[in-house]
Amino acid sequence: MKIGVLAVQGNVREHAAMLRRLGADVVEVRKPEQLDGLDGLVVPGGESTTFMRLMRLYGLDEALRSFAGPVLGTCAGMIVLDREHLGMIDLEVDRNAYGRQVASFEADLRLRGDDEPLRGVFIRAPRVREAGPDVEVLAEHEGEPVLLRQGRFLVASFHPELTEDTRVHELFLDAVREAISVRA
Amino acid sequence: MPEIGTMRVKSGLAEMLKGGVIMDVTDAEQARIAEDAGAVSVMALERVPADIRRDGGVARMADPDKIREIQEAVTIPVMAKARIGHFVEAQILEALEVDYIDESEVLTPADTAHHIDKWKFTVPFVCGCTNLGEALRRIAEGAAMIRTKGEAGTGDIVNAVTHMRAVFGHIRKLQTLREEELYAEAKELRAPFELVKWVAENGKLPVVTFTAGGIATPADAALCMQLGADGVFVGSGIFKSSDPSTRAKAIVEATTHFEDAHVLARVSQGLGDAMAGLSAADLRPEELLETRGW
Repeated sequence: MKIGVLAVQGNVREHAAMLRRLGADVVEVRKPEQLDGLDGLVVPGGESTTFMRLMRLYGLDEALRSFAGPVLGTCAGMIVLDREHLGMIDLEVDRNAYGRQVASFEADLRLRGDDEPLRGVFIRAPRVREAGPDVEVLAEHEGEPVLLRQGRFLVASFHPELTEDTRVHELFLDAVREAISVRA
Repeated sequence: MPEIGTMRVKSGLAEMLKGGVIMDVTDAEQARIAEDAGAVSVMALERVPADIRRDGGVARMADPDKIREIQEAVTIPVMAKARIGHFVEAQILEALEVDYIDESEVLTPADTAHHIDKWKFTVPFVCGCTNLGEALRRIAEGAAMIRTKGEAGTGDIVNAVTHMRAVFGHIRKLQTLREEELYAEAKELRAPFELVKWVAENGKLPVVTFTAGGIATPADAALCMQLGADGVFVGSGIFKSSDPSTRAKAIVEATTHFEDAHVLARVSQGLGDAMAGLSAADLRPEELLETRGW
């Protein structure tokens, strides 16, 4: 299983470490050709303005739009995939919607169909303003969606890579495995 | 219940800045140039280090009006500097909701023995270091991010390289020691044993480590990245050059593609003049900023 992590900037290292722990081979993606042969892609946290600029410079924005495998986006990754940016997932997202860094927080979340709480780390986090009809909510914080899925896209407004809990990444890798078996 | 100000939340913001460039800016226009160029954050300042060096006098926290102006101009995180040990400047910066406080040797120190007790704050701190002991003492005081120091305001990369090599080289040395040898090493480093042990086991500092001081070209930024920095701070190097916007974009691109010499060759072309700079070796000991901090 070969998983790319978009590495123009941001929290690449922790995603890569978690994916390796779960048995994946990890490739850092800075140029379009590095998407070739990947079974899945992670768009990590970081600064979305920096991501967009560096992606456009190398045509990575177009290359990402034509990537067909499962994608996991966290925080800035969720923003980059939304309607206003790459338009790959049917969401409208507000950036830095909880306020500046002094308002960043962590809280226990409840994953749908799972009693074990999941620690969510929210850093200058985005908020979902509107979700299209095909988007399902997998976790909420104070009544607002924070983990969502639309087909092959899984997005979180928090940072599952900053804790030891691997459940979100496992959910993503399950989708990758399923896509591989359908292809075979 | 949501918890704010935890170490995970504080160091987490620094994790998101990795692979990026943090730029010194003195007004809203410079802040917008930095954001458009792809900076991950800006440092709001009254004067860039080269001007602080030239003007002399006491360098203090920036005027709150200046900080607000910059906060309103951009959506990326805004950092600001407080004097070493000046915990009231830090309280004010926290009230202004800056995203990170840099307890910085570039400003005139307010205390000759004590740094700020950073655990008392919700806002995270970044601190400078010239060696591993200094880095670990700052982390023990609650720093959530470290930057190795160079000689700010010179445009000369040599001291940044010296200090990165000191910190990363010492970490590699720790990894070769036996556990009982770490006690003596902790004493030598004047740092808590538990932190020394953590570093020996993990081969890195427990917080994100950027580098700063003297970066003036895309090649300087890539050099720092190849030596092991998680990202770079660029101070005077951008807005003291002849074409700040082009240079800022080039340094951002060089920081992402730091291992690709073809990209580095391309982005190093046509940048106009770099800041004139000062040779750090020509400075008298009392002119050095990097030796401030204890």
